[in-house]
Amino acid sequence: MNRISSINKPTLRDSLSVSLTVGAYGVAFGAAAVANGFTVLQSCLLSLLTFSGASQFAVVGVLGAGGTALSGIATASLLGIRNGLYGVIMAPRLKVKGFKRIVAAQVTIDESTGVALGQEVRSPEAMRQGFWLTGFGVFIFWNLFTLAGALGAQAMGDIRAWGLDSAVPAAFLGLVWPRLKTNGDRALAIGCAVFAVAMTPILPAGLPIIATAFIAIAVGLRK
Amino acid sequence: MNQYWIAVIGTSAIAFALKYSGHSVPEKWLSHPKIQKVNVLIPIALLSALVAAQTFTEKSKLMIDHRLLGLSVAILALLLKAPFPVVVLSAALSSALLYNLSI
Repeated sequence: MNRISSINKPTLRDSLSVSLTVGAYGVAFGAAAVANGFTVLQSCLLSLLTFSGASQFAVVGVLGAGGTALSGIATASLLGIRNGLYGVIMAPRLKVKGFKRIVAAQVTIDESTGVALGQEVRSPEAMRQGFWLTGFGVFIFWNLFTLAGALGAQAMGDIRAWGLDSAVPAAFLGLVWPRLKTNGDRALAIGCAVFAVAMTPILPAGLPIIATAFIAIAVGLRK
Repeated sequence: MNQYWIAVIGTSAIAFALKYSGHSVPEKWLSHPKIQKVNVLIPIALLSALVAAQTFTEKSKLMIDHRLLGLSVAILALLLKAPFPVVVLSAALSSALLYNLSI
């Protein structure tokens, strides 16, 4: 019980709100997967095993549009590279080995990394709590909601009517906002946002987002 | 095994391999100040790109719709230093309201 009472309250609040918001988006994924020809089992396995929303939507979208398994896997994997980068960021902060590292790797996604980094100003302990709480929280809700969506929760099928399509970018914005400390950070954020949108009609799905990582690398190495 | 199963298994295997390899990079590789700087900048770049892509695109098309109102309300809430759940909920509510009024 000591462990529970020692959880940083604002960290718990941040983690839960992200977990619920993003988890609820799983309804849309489950529905989209089934609509694109995946079985309920396959949809649930994608959420359990791939566990990376953007990659999952990508593979479902590519196959649904008639793409091959290979092109689906390639697009999803391009979007998954950033989880590897998050792992590089989180590993020295989490300092876990063995089985714990396997679990940490599986829940290393946008949201767990984003919330964790957002807690860093509070304390290193709050940062680690943010990672695990959000990682497990999103995992639980994402999988439950995927099952619900896949089983035909068509009532909430139109996520736009519930504002979920705006809640997710708002959540990402809320996560990046406190990290914009200098004018250089803000310029990078705006530049990458414009780049991602401008390149969307030109580059294959997934590339515009991952390409911004290389903008960040170029900027970081230049300074 | 059909294309769907290959896609499910292949995507999942590579997704985990990418995540785990990130966690397994030796720490000393990351101690260089420039690498640390890049580590700070990468989430800013990717999260900003995700915000923009999820607001202004639909598949591979550019689109201005109710999500712009949601994002604007979120920015306003952040400028007013609103707590995180308020930012997310106000964006969802305003976006849903506009969407439901315009269909």
